[in-house]
Amino acid sequence: MSTAAPPVPPSAQAASSAPLHYQTIGELGARLACGELSAVELTRAVIERTRAVEPQVRAFNSRDEEDALAQAARSDARRAAGQVLGPLDGIPIGLKDVIAVRDQPLTASSRMLANFVSPYDATVAERLKNAGAVLWGRLNLDEFAMGSSTENSATQTTHNPWDLTRVPGGSSGGSAAAVAAGEAIAALGSDTGGSIRQPAALCGVVGLKPSYGLVSRYGLIAFASSLDQIGPFTRSVEDAALLLQAIAGHDERDSTSFKTAIPDYRAALFGAGETLGQRSPASSGGAANAALAPAGALCAGRRLGVPKEYFGEGIDPEVAAAVEAAIAFYREQGCEIVEVSLPHTRYCLDVYYVLATAEASSNLARYDGIRYGHRAQGARDIIDLYFKSRAEGFGEEVKRRIILGTYVLSSGYYDAYYLRAQKVRRLVTQDFLKAYEQVDALITPTVPAPAFEIGAKADPLALYLCDIYTIGANLAGLPAISLPCGFTSSGLPIGLQLIGQAFAEADLLKIAHAYESAHDWCRRRPAL
Amino acid sequence: MAEEIDIDRVAQLARIALTPEEKQKFSRQLGDVLHHIHQLEQVDVSGIEPMSHAQPLANVWQEDVARAGLPVAEVLRNAPAHRSNMISVPKIID
Repeated sequence: MSTAAPPVPPSAQAASSAPLHYQTIGELGARLACGELSAVELTRAVIERTRAVEPQVRAFNSRDEEDALAQAARSDARRAAGQVLGPLDGIPIGLKDVIAVRDQPLTASSRMLANFVSPYDATVAERLKNAGAVLWGRLNLDEFAMGSSTENSATQTTHNPWDLTRVPGGSSGGSAAAVAAGEAIAALGSDTGGSIRQPAALCGVVGLKPSYGLVSRYGLIAFASSLDQIGPFTRSVEDAALLLQAIAGHDERDSTSFKTAIPDYRAALFGAGETLGQRSPASSGGAANAALAPAGALCAGRRLGVPKEYFGEGIDPEVAAAVEAAIAFYREQGCEIVEVSLPHTRYCLDVYYVLATAEASSNLARYDGIRYGHRAQGARDIIDLYFKSRAEGFGEEVKRRIILGTYVLSSGYYDAYYLRAQKVRRLVTQDFLKAYEQVDALITPTVPAPAFEIGAKADPLALYLCDIYTIGANLAGLPAISLPCGFTSSGLPIGLQLIGQAFAEADLLKIAHAYESAHDWCRRRPAL
Repeated sequence: MAEEIDIDRVAQLARIALTPEEKQKFSRQLGDVLHHIHQLEQVDVSGIEPMSHAQPLANVWQEDVARAGLPVAEVLRNAPAHRSNMISVPKIID
């Protein structure tokens, strides 16, 4: 099925004087469409950029230049034959190394899977391929997505492109850093308690965690199955909409995948309305006639909730000031700003660390050294083989979380921890639903503080607190986006989080886009 | 107060061989984390149904139709040890 890429509104073409590796999908799509640029040229530019900065950033676990160039050549051939697959055709997109791509390594940044090669494609990888994207590289993370800094990676620690002495956030730190540093045009990550939004905030890019069930988890290495979602890292809200369009939608191979109509997310940004309808090539041209509306017209009359619990002690003053300024912007644009309360917020972290570790202890039981993954040598018998293989294959944080999860599920403790946490999870969710009786979306900081120095947080509990503003959306299954809203005096990015109602991604993206189109934070690049 | 966890029992259940240093370190750290988690006891959860998933999910049924799985060679590609198209493991029965 072929269709022409949708025309790009003037806004997206405005700043295309940036080097190729720093342009957006929207900008590059226009250049590819008019024949001014080929996918091979673009992919070469991204490869060159990666070669230049990767020794400092260390975002990739592995990359296959030959394979990427071959994909790009196929994209150019399609274009020459008039068979363009859509706006992602020919765009190099990186994938977190927990998303299976057939015949590519899949390590989860763990010794356990150091030599694993994917025998099949994850659904999102398949959908990106069907959309013509150039799948580029395997991006670093905290081992098995457990962490907030990539320091738990068995491969390497990724460095924040804005300040190489600092962490990029995590767990999808490689995805965030690669997009921020121009080593990929966009990327996919996964978010269980903030693992897309937190690194997006710390690296100054856009990160979207979709509603639970919107994007298939088939082919995603499982961490906590009731919380995990795959989502995009991009340089603009528009790009997030384009990438979400390609990956969203029901998949029978994931039994938790939700059957819901997929609107035209990009058309929604430009005020063309939230036209509901099944994904079809024809609908991708929906923005063609959408005039570029001023920001105010895009969000006037919207009701945005400010949860008072998200502005308490522990928040960095520069982060608070930037988020307050964003709230003031929305007010000036005619939004109604309403203070709301999510009274169970203080319990989110505890609920999360009970449920996520419990689910992880169960999910990671599969790594036993038998069918795949690391197998210890010299085991006495098969039980000894399990113990030794897991001891050698897993890193410290993974062991710590498996132990905690095993404990809270163990006989005598199940009711006190696991069952109680599941009940409080419902109360947390009810808080959000109650707030949404008054408002359309919530506006909060993404993270309490900007990126910290590598090695600064040795205590697990201190590190867990990084996720305090992001976990609620996972527990309640809500979509949430982080977008740049300023920089600290020392030049570190600050993230603004918008949390929407379930499956209202079009609305959430539209509200985010209203802010982005009036600010240039997304256009700033690190001095790398 | 920090909770004492029986680290030997839990490590046994989790099938992970921990070193004495790891046992000591994890016991202390997890004691701190559990101390934090204990604040869940302050919440009145009477009459609240446990929540296992964010969306209302019911059983999902599929037609009982045979489909191709992974070819044996693909499966064995990632196996640590195999012979005669089977994954080999240490002796289980004497």
